[in-house]
Amino acid sequence: MAETIKIKKGLNINLIGKAQHKVTEIVPDDFALKPTDFNGVFPRLLVKEGDEVKAGSPIFCDKYREEIVFTSPVSGRVAEIKRGDKRVLQEICIQAEPKTEYVDFGKNEAASLTREDLVKKMLQSGVWPMVRQRPYNVIANPADIADDVFISGFDSAPLAPDYGFILKNEIAGFQAGVNVLARLTKGKVYIGVPSNDHPLTGINNAVITCFEGPHPAGNVGIQIHHIKPVNKGDIIWTVNPQDVVIIGKLFTLGVYDAAVTIAVAGSEARDPHYYRTLKGVSVKSLLVNDAKNGNTRIISGNVLTGTKISHNGYLGFYHHQFTLIPEGNYHEFFGWALPGLKKFSFSKTFFSWTHGKREYKLDTNLHGGVRSYVMTGMYEKVLPMDILPMQLIKACLVEDIELMEKLGIYEVDEEDFALVEFIDTSKTEIQSIIRKGLDLVRKEMN
Amino acid sequence: MKALRDYLDKIKPRFREGGKLEKFHSTFEAFETFLFVPDKTTFKGSHIRDYIDLKRTMTVVILALVPSLLFGIWNVGFQHFRSLGQDAGFWQLVGFGLVKVLPIVVVSYVTGLAVEFAFAQYRKHEVNEGFLVSGMLIPLVMPPDIPLWMVAVATVFAVILGKEAFGGTGMNVFNPALLARAFLFFAYPASMTGDTTWTAGLASGKGVVDGFSGATPLSNAAAEALDKIPSLTDLFFGFIPGSIGETSKLAILIGAVILILTGIGSWRIMLSGLIGGVTMTLIFNAFAVNKYMTIDPLTQIMMGSFMFGMVFMATDPVTAAQTNKGKWIYGFLAGFFAIMVRVFNPAYPEGTMLAILLMNTFAPLIDHYVIESNIKRRLKRAKVTVKS
Repeated sequence: MAETIKIKKGLNINLIGKAQHKVTEIVPDDFALKPTDFNGVFPRLLVKEGDEVKAGSPIFCDKYREEIVFTSPVSGRVAEIKRGDKRVLQEICIQAEPKTEYVDFGKNEAASLTREDLVKKMLQSGVWPMVRQRPYNVIANPADIADDVFISGFDSAPLAPDYGFILKNEIAGFQAGVNVLARLTKGKVYIGVPSNDHPLTGINNAVITCFEGPHPAGNVGIQIHHIKPVNKGDIIWTVNPQDVVIIGKLFTLGVYDAAVTIAVAGSEARDPHYYRTLKGVSVKSLLVNDAKNGNTRIISGNVLTGTKISHNGYLGFYHHQFTLIPEGNYHEFFGWALPGLKKFSFSKTFFSWTHGKREYKLDTNLHGGVRSYVMTGMYEKVLPMDILPMQLIKACLVEDIELMEKLGIYEVDEEDFALVEFIDTSKTEIQSIIRKGLDLVRKEMN
Repeated sequence: MKALRDYLDKIKPRFREGGKLEKFHSTFEAFETFLFVPDKTTFKGSHIRDYIDLKRTMTVVILALVPSLLFGIWNVGFQHFRSLGQDAGFWQLVGFGLVKVLPIVVVSYVTGLAVEFAFAQYRKHEVNEGFLVSGMLIPLVMPPDIPLWMVAVATVFAVILGKEAFGGTGMNVFNPALLARAFLFFAYPASMTGDTTWTAGLASGKGVVDGFSGATPLSNAAAEALDKIPSLTDLFFGFIPGSIGETSKLAILIGAVILILTGIGSWRIMLSGLIGGVTMTLIFNAFAVNKYMTIDPLTQIMMGSFMFGMVFMATDPVTAAQTNKGKWIYGFLAGFFAIMVRVFNPAYPEGTMLAILLMNTFAPLIDHYVIESNIKRRLKRAKVTVKS
């Protein structure tokens, strides 16, 4: 039996449109890599439009850490390179061919390789960016040796994919991945699971911990905080469980197999369920005629931390779901004054709390104007960490690096503050504030 | 509603920069957002947001104040006719109370909001909702016979020097409503102290029945006339002279329940304030060198504005301690000092106002130590890991 840690603080937002447990297999022809998915990466293109690529061919690299390359999930042709304002690289679109050809990285068990060869293979094949480090939540530095590796085996965010369902047939690949990761750290591999019957509880070579409680119990940052909080100078690596499988397959099959199972969810998705496809898939190819109407927010990722994308957008590198919710671009007459029987609120200021547990349909309206910070003691209720959220946010706002350090900036990531942002009465962009704080500290430290 | 919306959309451009009525941009926006929740959507970060906003928050606080206001209106009439020794019907009492109280509420809101709107426009900010609560609290802590011009002066003083000088809602150090009261208390003591100010019409002395002094329980206690302190029932339901909103403990408790249930008011401050007040009273009871010190804790906390202060004033999130641990300390000390000032200082019949203002000053210091302890815990943990 795994040790159980109970998380008391937090909030489950029960939304309409959970993905049903059925899987459609689809390999469309439209994929992309988005350099904007990677915090702190300055991309240098390695291909041009029209180039032929295989699954595992390098597409771009980080200008300041050239060994970190980002590779194509499919074989095909570089169809388009999209740039945004100031010529910032937005998307590298790849037109896939029907049959995938892979770059051969060689089959061999992780145990037969030295640590250097292991890292080198991960770098070459483009799976290295799946390994991210705390503090800062950026791609791990290949020259470092991690103190520990953490994998959260579940996602507790609203409408998040059920990794227990996704991973039950991928246990062999996951175990192979864990064996690789165990070689990279001088400590242990920790896996967080939501219950003792989760498929990942049987994994060897790792410490399994059970986390019970509301969101953000599934956030890897919260799990790290409760097992081994990050101190200044510590380096913890984190990997998403589906990426662990991809890393495992790199060694057992010798190829970069970017296959993932993703959820399509949300009140505006007509048939919310799972799709078996590849990383970087376009939303268009899954949802042709699937969205109910035009006034829909399409999100790569979940409603709390995901990225807004257009109808022609693509799945983010670290995302495993598309979420579709209604846009909230409407005026509501006396909306703040009405009883609000259908309005979800963490506070009990709307009468919806009298209705107990039910599923809500939430839109993207801000539900109010931006104000100064007035309320106190609210943020603490949804952040299960020994951190003073309001004080840390203010330290980030005034860019006081020393104070940020003292208040625990190394332990947090923006996603840990997503619920804080959700319940914020003052309607400020707290995740952005934390991200700016993290970027600032990282810049000063390196 | 659509016609109203269309009309607003039509006149909106006039209030934008470069428009004819640019000067009233903040005013227009305040009214527009009052009528309609804006259509603004999230852009980055969390795509969905809680329905709560500052307007809703402040509405809940005002709702929690309504029982006190309604009882206050009735009690102003009740005390007045009692002082005359006349019997009056329910509506007569309410009617008299309304004539006395409503103008104070109106003056407080109009002057306060005028200042708020002017500052919002000057700073090119949106109008903050903070004053909606202050504007209601100010009348409730006033005696019924307060001249209206004094209400106006005090409100302007409190909003400008107490709030806007610090940067507006969310930045102020002192609770604006208490500051308004403190201002009057020290600038115009004749209208704020004494036995005759707490019952409407008593100062003129016309037709007052013999034996009606108008003394509040607190002044009875200070005069060591313990036998004249009303019964616990009267204290609890509020059939006593006093500031408009402070008398009924029942109405205050209803407000407290609303604030705690909705999560808007801090139960930590209310509870620790109560504990602080009771602790101080018990200490007094133990020594009991004068009659005032022998008053039992229940009577002590039900006299004066102790409960009103602890529920509605000490819990102001901006001026209270902001950390959860800090709130325990802050509330406890506010309650503790309220009773101490009340009993020990003959110049100030009620200590709640001064105790809370004093604790407003110390709230940042309390928070500082709570934050330091969090920092020390983190540093200690780092050292332990380095060793092992």
